Amino acid sequence: MKRKIIQILGMALMIAATLVVVAILGVVLFDLTAKGAPVLSWEFLTQSPKKGMTEGGIFPAIFGTTAVTLLSTMLATPLGIGCAIFLHEYAPDNAFTRLIRASIRNLAGVPSIVYGLFGVAIFVQFLGMGASLLAAGCTLGLLTLPSIITTTEEALRNVPRLTREGALALGATKWETIRTVVLPSALPGILTGVILALSRGAGETAPILFTGVAFYSRYLPGSVFDEFMALPYHLYILSTQHHAIEEVRPLAYATALTLILLVFMLNLTAFWARARWQRSLGAGK
Amino acid sequence: MEKIKIDIQELDLFFDKKQVLKNVSLHIPAGKITAIIGPSGCGKSTLLRSLNRMHDLNPQARLSGKIMLDELNILHGNTNVVHLRRRIGMVFQKPNPFPKSIAENVSYGLKINGLHDKKKLAEAVENSLRAAALWDEVKDDLDKSALDLSGGQQQRLCIARAVAVEPEVILMDEPCSALDPISTAKVEELMLELKKKYTLVIVTHNMQQAQRVSDFTAFMYLGELIEVGETRQIFQKPQHDLTKNYVEGHFG
Repeated sequence: MKRKIIQILGMALMIAATLVVVAILGVVLFDLTAKGAPVLSWEFLTQSPKKGMTEGGIFPAIFGTTAVTLLSTMLATPLGIGCAIFLHEYAPDNAFTRLIRASIRNLAGVPSIVYGLFGVAIFVQFLGMGASLLAAGCTLGLLTLPSIITTTEEALRNVPRLTREGALALGATKWETIRTVVLPSALPGILTGVILALSRGAGETAPILFTGVAFYSRYLPGSVFDEFMALPYHLYILSTQHHAIEEVRPLAYATALTLILLVFMLNLTAFWARARWQRSLGAGK
Repeated sequence: MEKIKIDIQELDLFFDKKQVLKNVSLHIPAGKITAIIGPSGCGKSTLLRSLNRMHDLNPQARLSGKIMLDELNILHGNTNVVHLRRRIGMVFQKPNPFPKSIAENVSYGLKINGLHDKKKLAEAVENSLRAAALWDEVKDDLDKSALDLSGGQQQRLCIARAVAVEPEVILMDEPCSALDPISTAKVEELMLELKKKYTLVIVTHNMQQAQRVSDFTAFMYLGELIEVGETRQIFQKPQHDLTKNYVEGHFG
């Protein structure tokens, strides 16, 4: 009898914990939607800020965030996947490679502002990119690199040994095995990792703060060497740096809602891509 | 006297410091089915995997001794493993189809060996699937994922995949251990069909299976080859007490 009570109590505690988490999330989303949705309109999404950002839209920021995120993904994905393949498939398991792995894992925990400063020192100044889309893209790419490497390695680890041996036993070389059997099997996991890293990158402010984001820009960036506006930074300005904070508060909520929707759409794409790929592999059964 | 296809001479194998095969010498006759039996951990799978050098993957494995495939010295450092594995195919304990379509699974070995002629590939796919007694079941679904097949069909697909590159020897490592009795019967029937063209070596836990399909049986115990002979002799008049106790089911 006593054990049964403890059992029920334990379950109730877990349910309570889950409810608290879901409730907090729900309140945030509800608050954002309630205050941001009325401002959200086609004009808001497609026009530039006007009259000292008190009117108009956030299109340059949406464009900038999309561009810098895509750029960082294009830079970080091949590097990260290549690195993970080397570490998992080729590198011997010894003290040195374990040290490299530990370092990569630690890199994932480095505060993003540190990446920002590093980006200024290396990309903006040393490599002479200036404060630009390119420098910011590189910095964001560095930030997402550790998680891309880690999730790719995890996905490679989940490919059964027997599947690899099947290819080797047919006379495939190691690289042929990786290219034709291992990578396709690991792709859903890799894809999910990349898109989740990408959606984290999209919301970062600190790494782009000194490396390329502009307070206000009348034009869209014409090349990767121009400065750009970005949603998270725009939100930061609207909510703390603006001369009329109270007046632009609804705009700030709408910007936050837009950013969340953007990230949400990215995550949705990740799940969709994963599900689609797995269905095409017939692994849904 | 039978023609010898594979000649294993005084093979020792260590994983790190542990000796797993001890001075194993064994003749595999051409065009016959040789079964390797013995309790778990006796080294029978390890011996099988030595024949197509699957231990190359394990940096801790060290082999000494000699294995000859006709005139080819298998363990020699200069032996091209890729060519060797075209001559000696393998079917594994569990079906391991690639996450690709049925046709792509069968043509995989040919494609990586440079065959891209669509007509020839299609022919090879059909012939191999017929040889694996799978054609009638899948001929309308060649573009569907191999992972949608049942376990027994998957294993026959893996046999078709091995047959497609036209090897001389096919190794089977407990090929029915993950299959139900009906699928097992089909695979066994297939083995008897395959031996008309190929030399087969199977590792099995199932002594009825060894008796049903094999011509010769080798009994292994703790890394040593205890006894080898015609299957009927091994099961009915074993020379060695260990063999007798094992085939009579006293341990295993």
